[in-house]
Order: sequence, then structure tokens, then C-alpha cells
Amino acid sequence: MGAKSEPTATRVAYGEALVELGEKHEDIVVLDADLSVSTQTAKFGKAFPDRFFNCGAAEANMMSMACGLAATGKRPYASTFAIFATGRAYDQVRLGIAHNELPVRIGASHGGVSLGEDGASHQMIEDIALMRAMPKMTVVVPADYNQAYRATLESYERDEPMYLRFGRPATPAVYDEIPETLGEGVDVLREGKDITLIATGHMVWRALEAAESLKREDGVDAEVLNVSIIKPLHSESILESIAKTGVVVTAEEHRVVGGLADAVRQVAAEQHPVPIFAVGMGDEFGVSGTGEACMEHFGLTARGIADRAREALLLKPIVSHPPLLGRDWT
Amino acid sequence: MVAAVEAAKAHPDPDALANLALVRHLHPVPDPRPPTKEAALGERAPSIAELERWATILRIECVRMLAVAKSGHLDSSLSAADIVSALYNRVLRHDPERPDWPERDRFVLCKGHAAPIQYAALAHHGYFPLEDLMGLRKIGEHLQGHPDMTRTPGVEVSTGSLGQGLSMCLGIALALRLDGLEDTAHVFGLLSDGDCQEGQTWEAVTAAAHYKVSNLTAIVDYNHLQTDGTTEEVMDLGDLRAKFESFGWDAVEIDGHDMEAIVEALERSRTLDRPAAIVAQTRKGRGVSAMEGRFGFHGKPPTPEQAEAALEELMAKLEEQTAALAATEGDS
Repeated sequence: MGAKSEPTATRVAYGEALVELGEKHEDIVVLDADLSVSTQTAKFGKAFPDRFFNCGAAEANMMSMACGLAATGKRPYASTFAIFATGRAYDQVRLGIAHNELPVRIGASHGGVSLGEDGASHQMIEDIALMRAMPKMTVVVPADYNQAYRATLESYERDEPMYLRFGRPATPAVYDEIPETLGEGVDVLREGKDITLIATGHMVWRALEAAESLKREDGVDAEVLNVSIIKPLHSESILESIAKTGVVVTAEEHRVVGGLADAVRQVAAEQHPVPIFAVGMGDEFGVSGTGEACMEHFGLTARGIADRAREALLLKPIVSHPPLLGRDWT
Repeated sequence: MVAAVEAAKAHPDPDALANLALVRHLHPVPDPRPPTKEAALGERAPSIAELERWATILRIECVRMLAVAKSGHLDSSLSAADIVSALYNRVLRHDPERPDWPERDRFVLCKGHAAPIQYAALAHHGYFPLEDLMGLRKIGEHLQGHPDMTRTPGVEVSTGSLGQGLSMCLGIALALRLDGLEDTAHVFGLLSDGDCQEGQTWEAVTAAAHYKVSNLTAIVDYNHLQTDGTTEEVMDLGDLRAKFESFGWDAVEIDGHDMEAIVEALERSRTLDRPAAIVAQTRKGRGVSAMEGRFGFHGKPPTPEQAEAALEELMAKLEEQTAALAATEGDS
């Protein structure tokens, strides 16, 4: 285990952490569906061939096999692209894994549009919504290599079914070290008083850049939260920041329906309503292009977040004062 | 029984009371000798005649459960009764007192809609009280409409969505191999013809041959009737045995109501060095002549009249089988 400071893909952390877990724990098995180089599970497969099952291009079978393995005492990590893990094999994940509350980890790589050139058929932008809606499923989206490494290690310690979303492109480091823990799944990366930027996955480093720009160009102090566990969402951390700033922008590489935006809005609407603006995918599918070009195309950029924040700040004096409950929302 | 039905006519819900009158567990079957425990199997395996008698008992339980639940798949349960009787009473190495015994054989009811037949077998082996059978499909009771591993002792994995069961069986078989139990613990999956229409089943069949698992047996309860008609009308499965064989499995076809053939095929399947398929030609609703091989009963519970007629027929059969067994014992 070693922290990385240069840009590295979160899926790389998954693959490397699996090898570390495999050395420590005999009961770990890894399954893949003919994408083990992309998902990075090939490293585990090379180190522990007996405990690695390449299921070929048959994701439904893979998920139900993971159920059988877990029901017989193993701790399976089942990996493929996010699109196939959640879209193609939804019913298998639902009945075999979530319903049975088995300790299966779905390691889904290539989430979002940043996988680039393969285009809409492969760019999964509803996976968080699907997995959030599924009872008993925990949803984890790490922000960088270092957090993804911890998320993978920590997943072994937990008992519930988990969905872990990783990405294809190298992504800048947000954490200097491999964090001790994911904790409650909400980290305050930057403190501020004027607006809260809540981001997940690949949008976290962009939110930090947006906060810099807001400070530099507008003198706005933005608070930045990284949500690594979208479900169950630790509402206290969210509410504490919302109560302080009174206005929010969420950012995710996902549909704004069912994802982080809705999760935050749900908490806020019930307990502390404030304006919440969302950066994410609208009612549209992805397109082909380089990963970075796709992110630009859909406005999933630091500038996209900062612009949304400026719009939100214009509305803040109109709709946020006085705060309904103030800081004593508890 | 008739008196109870008479009395029920005054009840606001005569159907429910009439049904209940049919299902007294206090006098369930004449001479309800408990099934032979795993420990005792070494001394004497139940005979073919005994297994047939147990199949009748399981069928009776299914009719009772469905009459009370007024919901469920009776005919699908009846077609599998002989196979399930052979498995639980003779072939499976299992111990109800240690449902978590790591070396036990695993039985997975891939065709989860036939849950009543498995529940009846589990209850008669003491996994839970016989009385629980009357809670089938009722709120607050543990016997769900389809098998649920989180609620019912003896259920290995939850099933009910067709096509997933064989993949689950394969996962179990591979886990047992990793634990060094491949030669001891065997996995038996009972599939329906509907299971074989699902593409996922063939993904699992492909993978099982690829991984060369030797501790997996798939039994197809091929009763040729599904919700919308015969399988030949709805989606013809053709020669299932040949299909399994062409995927690299050992595959045999048997009469799924011939107890001797069932036991022989199941016990042989344990000894093979590759996955084994047993295509069992069966008749849906077997044992109840009003239902047997007839379309239109899938997913429909029996009416009180149908249940009473079915029970009468099955009880007569049971008495006959019991008497024959007693006579044989008298001879020896």
C-alpha cells in the first residue's frame, strides 16, 4: 500500500487493494466478466488464480455465482463495467445479493461519461440511482486513487452488500495519503461560509478547483464536501454545512435524477430546505469523445460547478433568509 | 371432515374455514413415521416403496398448504414431489439439527415457485415445526411465496426469479471446491422448464462445463406446462438432454415419477467427474387426477372442493401404500 500523488485512476486502486486483501484473507474470491484488464482484477487473478473466476461475457451468471459463493462462506468481489453490473444484471444483484444481505462487493469500473470513446452504450449514468433504490445496498463512490484504495480495503470489514463505483481516467489526487477510513462517508475538504459544494467521485477535485476560482474571482468562501458513501448518506454532516451556508451546489458524473443531487435534496427538503442546484447529466445519454471532452461537453467541469454556484449565490438572498431553522436544526 | 365442512357453512368466510377443516395436522397421515435421519442412513436407506409413500405425504401437505393459503403453485409442486422425496429422504446428506454443517449436500429449488414441496420436506425433517406449513404466504410467517434463505431454515439461497438458480448452484459448487469439499458435498439444483427458457441458465451450463465442476447436478422437472400454455406452444425447449450434452455435461433422461430411476440417476450423478443433468419427464399436477397434465392450474390455488377431492385421492393412495409397506414388513 502506497499513496499516490500523481493522477491515477480509481480502478487501479481497486485492483491493487484487492491483491493486498487477497494476501491477508483466504476467503476473498474475485469474479470478472472478460474485462479484468480494464477493471484491474487481472492483478488479483495473476496472484491468486485459484480464487479468480473469469466468467466470460456473462454478467448475469457472474452475479448469481457471487451469490452462491457468498452463501457458502466466501467474500466475493464481482467486477465489470458499471453499465453491466447494474443495468444488465439488476435482477441478479437484487434477489441474489441485496435481498439476501450477502457480503458481495460489486466493483464497478468505468462509471460515468469519462470512459470516453466507447460512447453512450457504455457510459453508465444511472448506476448510482439504481443501486440507491435497491434495499440493503450500500453505495460507495471514491474521489481519487487514495480514497479508492481505502474504500476497497474497508469494504472487507463490512458485512452488507456494497456497490463500489470506480472510473476509467487518471484523476488527480484529492487526499495526500491513503485515508485512515472512509468514516461516515462525508469529508469536509475545504471550509467556507458562503456556499456548500457537495461532490462525489471524479467531480470532487473539480469542486475544489471551482472553490478556488470562486475565492479568487468573486471573493466567495465555498465549503467543499466529498461524499464517498452516497447510501446511507450521513445526513448530519450535510445538514451541518447547509445550515451554515444556506445554499448548495451538488456535482456528480451521473444523472441528476436519483443520484447525489436527489440524495442531498431529500435530506434537505425534510430537515432544512435551502436552494440546491445540481451539476450532472440531464435527460440525455452520453456521446463518444475523449473522456475529458465528454466531461466538457456535458459541463462536468470546475467551471461548470463555479458557474452554477454563481447562479445559486444570486438566489441565496431571496430564498435563504432567514434560514428556517438556523444552526440549531437538530 | 364432512361435519367440519357443514359447520363452516355458517361462518362468514366459509371457504377459509372449510379449507382449514381439511388441514388438521393432529391427524395428518396414518402412521407418520419420521423420515430417516442422516445418521441412520448407514444402517438402512429408505426403500423405493417408502420413498414413494413419502412423496404422497409431501403431496398431501402441498394440497393442504395451498388450500389454506389460497395462493401459490400447486401443480408445479406436485410434479416435483417424487424428485424431492428421493432427495430429502435418501440422496441428500443433510442434518436438520445442523443446518450449517459445512459438509452437507446443498439443495437449491431453482424453480422457487414450487416452494411448498420443499417446505413440506423441510418440515417433515424437523427444520421447523409442521404447524408452520399453514403459515404459507401469510404476513408475519416465515414461509414466503418463494424460498427465502434469510427467513426459512434449510433454504440455502433465495430463489424465485427464473434462470438464476443454476448460477447460484455453480457458485456454491465452486466455493465447496475451494474448501476442499468437492468430493464430499454435492449441489443439487431443481430447475423448471421455465428456468431453461431463461438465457442465464445456459450461461451457467456453459460455465459449469468450463470450470469442470464435478459436484453439481441439475435436475429439470420437465412438465411441459407453463403459465400461458404448453412449452411446445409458448417456447419449445426441444431435446433438453441433447442440449445439456452438447454443452459438455453428462446428461440422462428419465421418467420423473419412476422412483427407482430417480434414485439411480441422482446417485449416479454424484459419482461423475463432470456436471450432470437429469432431464426428468414429469406431469404437472401429478397425483391429483383432476389436475394431472392439464393446462390452467399454474399459479392457481385449489378451490375447497378441488382440495377435498385431491386430498381424498391422495389419502386413499397413502393408505394403500402404507398397507403395502406393512405387508412387506410383515413378510420379512
